[in-house]
Amino acid sequence: MLALNELWFILVAVLFIGFFFLEGFDFGVGMSTRFLARTDGERRVLINSIGPFWDANEVWLITAGGAMFAAFPNWYATLFSGYYTPFVVLLLALIARGVAFEFRGKGKTERWVKNWDHAIFFGSLLPPFLFGVVFAGLIKGLPIDGEMQMNAGLFDMVNGYTLVGGITVTMLCLVHGLMFTTLRTVGSLQERARQLGQKLLIPLAALLVLFGVMTYMMTDVFEVRGAILTGMAVAGVVAFVLAGFFMSKKRDGWAFGMTGTVIVLAVAAVFIGLFPRVMISSIDRAFDLTIHNAASGAYSLKIMTIVALTLLPFVLGYQIWSYIIFKKRVHEKGHLEH
Amino acid sequence: MDLDMVMLSRIQFAATTIFHFIFVPISIGLAFLIAIMQTMYVVKGEEKYKKMTKFWGKLFLINFAVGVVTGILQEFQFGMNWSNYSRFVGDVFGAPLAIEALLAFFMESTFIGIWIFGWDRLSKKVHLACIWLVSFGTMMSAFWILVANSFMQRPVGFEMNNGRAEMNDFFALITNGQMLVEYPHTVFSALATGAFLIAGVSAWKLLKRQDFDFFKKSFQISIVIALITSLLVALFGHEQAQYLVKTQPMKMAASEGLWETSTDPAPWTVFAAIDPEKQENTAELKIPYLLSFLSYSKFSGEVKGMKEIQAEYEQQYGPGNYIPPVRTTFWSFRIMVGCGTAMILLAMYGVYLSARKKLERPNKWFMRMMVVGIFLPHIANASGWIMTEIGRQPWTVFGLMRTEDSISPNVSSGEVLFSLVSFTGMYTILGIVLVTLFLRVIKKGPSALDKVETTMNDPYDKEGQHVSAK
Repeated sequence: MLALNELWFILVAVLFIGFFFLEGFDFGVGMSTRFLARTDGERRVLINSIGPFWDANEVWLITAGGAMFAAFPNWYATLFSGYYTPFVVLLLALIARGVAFEFRGKGKTERWVKNWDHAIFFGSLLPPFLFGVVFAGLIKGLPIDGEMQMNAGLFDMVNGYTLVGGITVTMLCLVHGLMFTTLRTVGSLQERARQLGQKLLIPLAALLVLFGVMTYMMTDVFEVRGAILTGMAVAGVVAFVLAGFFMSKKRDGWAFGMTGTVIVLAVAAVFIGLFPRVMISSIDRAFDLTIHNAASGAYSLKIMTIVALTLLPFVLGYQIWSYIIFKKRVHEKGHLEH
Repeated sequence: MDLDMVMLSRIQFAATTIFHFIFVPISIGLAFLIAIMQTMYVVKGEEKYKKMTKFWGKLFLINFAVGVVTGILQEFQFGMNWSNYSRFVGDVFGAPLAIEALLAFFMESTFIGIWIFGWDRLSKKVHLACIWLVSFGTMMSAFWILVANSFMQRPVGFEMNNGRAEMNDFFALITNGQMLVEYPHTVFSALATGAFLIAGVSAWKLLKRQDFDFFKKSFQISIVIALITSLLVALFGHEQAQYLVKTQPMKMAASEGLWETSTDPAPWTVFAAIDPEKQENTAELKIPYLLSFLSYSKFSGEVKGMKEIQAEYEQQYGPGNYIPPVRTTFWSFRIMVGCGTAMILLAMYGVYLSARKKLERPNKWFMRMMVVGIFLPHIANASGWIMTEIGRQPWTVFGLMRTEDSISPNVSSGEVLFSLVSFTGMYTILGIVLVTLFLRVIKKGPSALDKVETTMNDPYDKEGQHVSAK
């Protein structure tokens, strides 16, 4: 029988997986506005292709944060206060990006548009990078003391390992976003998105392998969950190869599915590697935060479980419906809202 | 850990929350009014209502974007700046926040996306349902936030375990007496905020005699809602004051500048020169009986003063200063009530004008007042929250946890200063941009929408109509 704190660990993981899968592509599309689009019209097509979705995608993050707060208050408190400054930067990026989608098209001057274009680019680039840095830090271990306080210096947060983690996640989101673009656009923009996606596969593969090897050498997650993580790594390689195969065959939907699978496996691997810990202490393993010492009381978890399991089917239902409504491709001659 | 750290965290929380709460009531209010306008369009089938929906919808979307992005910070900031608080009450306080995201945010964000992009993809009725779901979502969101806030005002449904508050009665939490008065008060004030925005903008355009019929109709709809809602705000404000006397007498006494326990019946202090050092008022202007009425809905009964309550609290919670910043509490209460009264009077006269069909030749001064009236609900909202939150000091959770114990011990004041400066900088830019865009949309007026309509043709839907949207 699954204990409630185990269930909530899985739910938090699922929310983060959903966030990276969904907002992953709109981060990627946001980044690609800078170099994939050649004209303002193409840039608008890219922005409109994620227009109906990005806000709901971001709510996956807000819900993940809320779920952490409610189910694992100590995890939420240690993580968010420990990573104070990176989260400030993350929030500034998300704030600028969110309003940029709405504001960009409402101004007159070229400078106005350009400024908001920068906001969209950096606002889409920085969050996946910072999340990569933070999640890499989570599995590497952070200086957490016996009072559950994390007192990390700059180099505890930013080092070779976490930087590789950050760049890998960013690149992964970019390729995933390019695949989304092939699904939502037509003509030369679609073609260029596919080609760029193919070109980026090799550097992305190199990054993933590098990060995998570093994880094997610098963290204990393979010691703790060796068999399952190895299995997932093999599955990841297969999905990755298939992504390349489908790209070359122009089976865009399948290619998007495969880049998504790589993301799902990568994020799931982080959580599986952590379990039953939620944060690893680099000072003393006795100070690790686990699903036991960081969790809420049984009553609270029970109430939340009932609420979550009742609501989730509806949430998933109408979100899927929204993708069905907007399955038609976006092009410059159609109506562009942003 | 030093006092600076507490102060900086408090300033950051106050600044970001007050800024966020400019946009939340506008979103709640406009979503509701737009849903009404679109309902009229679907029921009556007249194009003018569609035009109204789209025009006010533009303002709504600009505002909504800022509301959404500033909301993410609100959720993160508990963990970032107030980690000890989050550890202490996460069990109780986190649940409504998580439910808010699951129940309200997903709904708002999904259906707003469908609404914006779905005008020509969905049937009229399904599309209308989307904006009602957005409106419903904004109100649900307020509900869960106020469940969380009410716990800080009056903690219920919990037990202390291992030095932290753990939930033991969810039902008690969502039927918190504080919530039952705070929620209607806040939501009706949000609806009033939206109504005064539309009425004020319409009044401005009526003065300039631009798109006269369009703004006359908008004014008529919004002013009626403004009157109904601002009366309800006052009614529930009165309920809340009575509840306050019972549950947080110190806040009530401070908002009255009442040092000594009052006479029976108690007079209401209109103005007072408060000296918190000497714990006395050097000058006062009072209306007899009124405080008794405010507190108990009858013209008798004494109200306890701060000194007496301070002595009681020292008995109960140990030595310490339990008197909140009196001047701030006192004046924010009066500013709120003053703005609320002005709103009711303006709305009454506006309804009178529109019922008597006098909008064709409106009183210029009144219409100018209505434009100023756009700001009244915002001042009232902000001062209402200042009174509620400052008046609760020194507690974050009344009777359970003090503000000074709530901060993140591992965050330095330098880090908080950095975030305070960058967030207020960012928010200043957002504020300027938002006002600029609002003015631009309003200046262009609804006739600018006609142009958009002609570019709406989707070449894939109707062959041969290849109209560029650029």
